[in-house]
Amino acid sequence: MAPAAALAHEETGQAAGFLAGLSHPVSGLDHVLAMVAVGLWGAVLGPPAIWVLPVAFPLVMALGGLMGLLGIPVPGVEIGIAVSAIVLGAMVLAEARPSLWIAAAIVAFFAIFHGHAHGRELPEGTSALLYSLGFVVATGLLHAVGILLGGAHRWAVGRRAVRVAGGGVAAAGLFFLWRAIA
Amino acid sequence: MATAAFRGMVALFALVAAPAHAHLVETGFGAFYDGIAHVAVTPADLLVVVALALLAGQCGTQAARYALFALPVAWLVGGAVGARWLSAAALPLLTTLSFAIAGSLVALNARIRDVGVAALAIAAGLLHGLVNGATMVPGGSAGLALGGAVCAIFFLMAILAAEVTALPAGWPRIVVRVAGSWIAASGLLMFGWLVRAAG
Repeated sequence: MAPAAALAHEETGQAAGFLAGLSHPVSGLDHVLAMVAVGLWGAVLGPPAIWVLPVAFPLVMALGGLMGLLGIPVPGVEIGIAVSAIVLGAMVLAEARPSLWIAAAIVAFFAIFHGHAHGRELPEGTSALLYSLGFVVATGLLHAVGILLGGAHRWAVGRRAVRVAGGGVAAAGLFFLWRAIA
Repeated sequence: MATAAFRGMVALFALVAAPAHAHLVETGFGAFYDGIAHVAVTPADLLVVVALALLAGQCGTQAARYALFALPVAWLVGGAVGARWLSAAALPLLTTLSFAIAGSLVALNARIRDVGVAALAIAAGLLHGLVNGATMVPGGSAGLALGGAVCAIFFLMAILAAEVTALPAGWPRIVVRVAGSWIAASGLLMFGWLVRAAG
């Protein structure tokens, strides 16, 4: 009968931004496999690498995203992403145990490519901060999946399964590389 | 001297300030609850409180006690200043930088002195409070809304910092560092978005 003016309003783009960021990393198999491989390799390497890699990766990946957003070019991004799957998968397959600094450097190097390619694809009308947060959280959760799966490494059968998974990631990386070059 | 320093600070903020687009969410329960909701739906505010609480907890009980009071009080002071003098400005670059730095320190498990943690909390509180104050004025009842926001910050800080101080060594503390790295990474990406939007 006597309605007052509606002063409330919708907060647009908040949930959409977070969900878009959360779903973006899992929409690309190349990114998914490489992230899981980081976790698997961390589990194979054991402490402290098992947590150093997942702590370092998001930071360096964000640095790659920042480079992309600032327009700093990184040559061969798609090739870099494919090679990351090959190298990380091969490390798991071979149960390679380099020193922590070398392992961290390898992971950080490839994180630049992943961040550069994926960190700057903001859907229109969404919150940039929540999109970024969702993107980083999803990537971290993929690492966690790799670490959990890599936990099977302590048993003989599980160890073989982890190595096979690493081989699978490397093989998929070869396919991505072929697709990126062709 | 103090007036000149204050004017210098205002000039500095004006240089990096962007027009304020944020505004108070209306919960329908009144200004106090609007202020509480404001913290929950403002990611930059929420992230800086979480990051500082994690950092304070990592640095020990004494640091957590200092930060627990330093952050809300500084937030309140900043809010009062923002409501009075900077009613048209937002400082997205600085607020992003604040939670990115705090997150980085958590990720690095930085051993900071108790006074250093308090200083960080004061700096962040003043900055975010300033923006909050400017945001809350257009909706009216800025004082009540600011009070709600400060209460929410106090309780969030108390709960999180207390939990972190009590965490045993090992995986639980690693999870805290991972959370810090996620906050810092989000800040880095957000910094890029802001620079790109400005350019």
